Amino acid sequence: MVILAGVAAFLVVEAIPALRAPAEDVPGGEGLTAYIGPLLFGTLLAAVIALVVATPLAVAIALFITQYAPRRIASALGYLVDLLAAIPSIVYGFWGIYWLAPRLVPLFRWLEENLGFVPLFAGPTSATGRTMFTAGLVLAIMILPIISALTREVFRQVPTLHREAALALGATRWEMIRLAVLPYGRSGIVGGAMLGLGRALGETLAIALVLSVSGGITFNLISSGNPSTIAANIALQFPESSGIAVNTLIASGLVLFVITFAVNMLARYVVNRRSEFSGAN
Amino acid sequence: MAKRIDVSDLNIYYGSFLAVQDVTVSIEPRSVTALIGPSGCGKSTFLRSINRMHEVLPGARVEGKVIMDGQDLYGPGVDPVDVRRQIGMVFQRPNPFPTMSIYDNVAAGLRLNNKKISKSDLDGLVERSLRGANLWTEVKDRLGRPASGLSGGQQQRLCIARAIAVEPDVLLMDEPASALDPISTLAIEDLMTELKERFTIVIVTHNMQQAARVSEQTGFFNIAGAGQPGRLIEFNPTEKIFSNPDQKATEDYISGRFG
Repeated sequence: MVILAGVAAFLVVEAIPALRAPAEDVPGGEGLTAYIGPLLFGTLLAAVIALVVATPLAVAIALFITQYAPRRIASALGYLVDLLAAIPSIVYGFWGIYWLAPRLVPLFRWLEENLGFVPLFAGPTSATGRTMFTAGLVLAIMILPIISALTREVFRQVPTLHREAALALGATRWEMIRLAVLPYGRSGIVGGAMLGLGRALGETLAIALVLSVSGGITFNLISSGNPSTIAANIALQFPESSGIAVNTLIASGLVLFVITFAVNMLARYVVNRRSEFSGAN
Repeated sequence: MAKRIDVSDLNIYYGSFLAVQDVTVSIEPRSVTALIGPSGCGKSTFLRSINRMHEVLPGARVEGKVIMDGQDLYGPGVDPVDVRRQIGMVFQRPNPFPTMSIYDNVAAGLRLNNKKISKSDLDGLVERSLRGANLWTEVKDRLGRPASGLSGGQQQRLCIARAIAVEPDVLLMDEPASALDPISTLAIEDLMTELKERFTIVIVTHNMQQAARVSEQTGFFNIAGAGQPGRLIEFNPTEKIFSNPDQKATEDYISGRFG
């Protein structure tokens, strides 16, 4: 708690010069909001992509492990997924650049040709594949084990009583999951997704490596013009910054701090609320 | 529609462990059949094998036949899901779906059976089932409230409503009143007497007075010792079991002179 307050105080104090500085002194020359805005947007966009991709996948994995797979396969698979969390993020970054990105280019081309009318896939397609979409996918794989581990625990705790209630009504396994497992695990899924979101927001290295940055706010996921994310931007810019530029970066860090803090609080709230309708009465 | 059940030479296994051995019994439609016996003697296992619920546990299997009105429940190609739709079950501890409303709990089975059921049909069936479980007057003003807000006895009657909503042929009850207070127990027993007009009811109970009050037929299960399989020692009209049983072991058990 003390450390948390200390970090917050440090961020605020160091950010103040940037908040006070005249607009033309801030890097970019158009003021703090214009500088942090695209970064914030990029951060949220990458995190949301990651969440949209990872949550259904993680829930599916957790369901398979807890409800379908024979015990031996289940534990092996669970171990494998957990292992994903142990891979350093820099490795994910390299993997994203050298393996994933080139292989996604054909997909991006296809998306541009067939779904180009959707603003998300307007193109022109990035030749390197180092796009917001790729970054989001890498993040998705990184947060997959977090979400999957939490939902797995919740699904495992579904009382036999509820599962048998559904089965005795003549539910198939999938119907039993819909009647008993998913409603019971709903808040666990939300909580897991929130924790994953927190991780995705703060992820630095993988994004810094994968994402090819240029330009500002755009919803175009497959072009080479992408806004950076706050954390990646700090990592890339910090060594070359001095004076007010450093304060600006710290101010962007403060924004990130506030957002991740809020997300984690929300996650904790949602997870705790589970106890109310756990059926323990 | 109530149906009769004929069980012949039924052996029930958990893996290689023989839990219940050689049960042969005929269960009459439109009556209550009670199963009594000491803990661990296999009566719940036997009950769960009638609607193939014991298969939920890995490794559980049976040998022998369970025939319901000519239909072999363990025949090849018979889906346990279909068996459970015809044979409803009520458990020892009330187990309404905690995240669902009272209404949705009763409607759950109906929606499984008929995905396109209309709202008005559903309303009618939910009301009829709740009336059938003597719960309607207590909950009709709060059908949208969570089922977990009901008392234990009400929850158990809600579970009975949920089970009878799909019009099963047979209703199995595994110690349905053992977690309830005497008033709620009485309500459940009254309910059984009404329900046997429409269903075949099989009940497992530890309460011998209860078996004597509600059932027409009684089966006594016993176990020779730890690790031994449970057996059906005697199956007779309830009056005979409680006044003049054929077997010495039955008499010892019901008169309390036991182990």
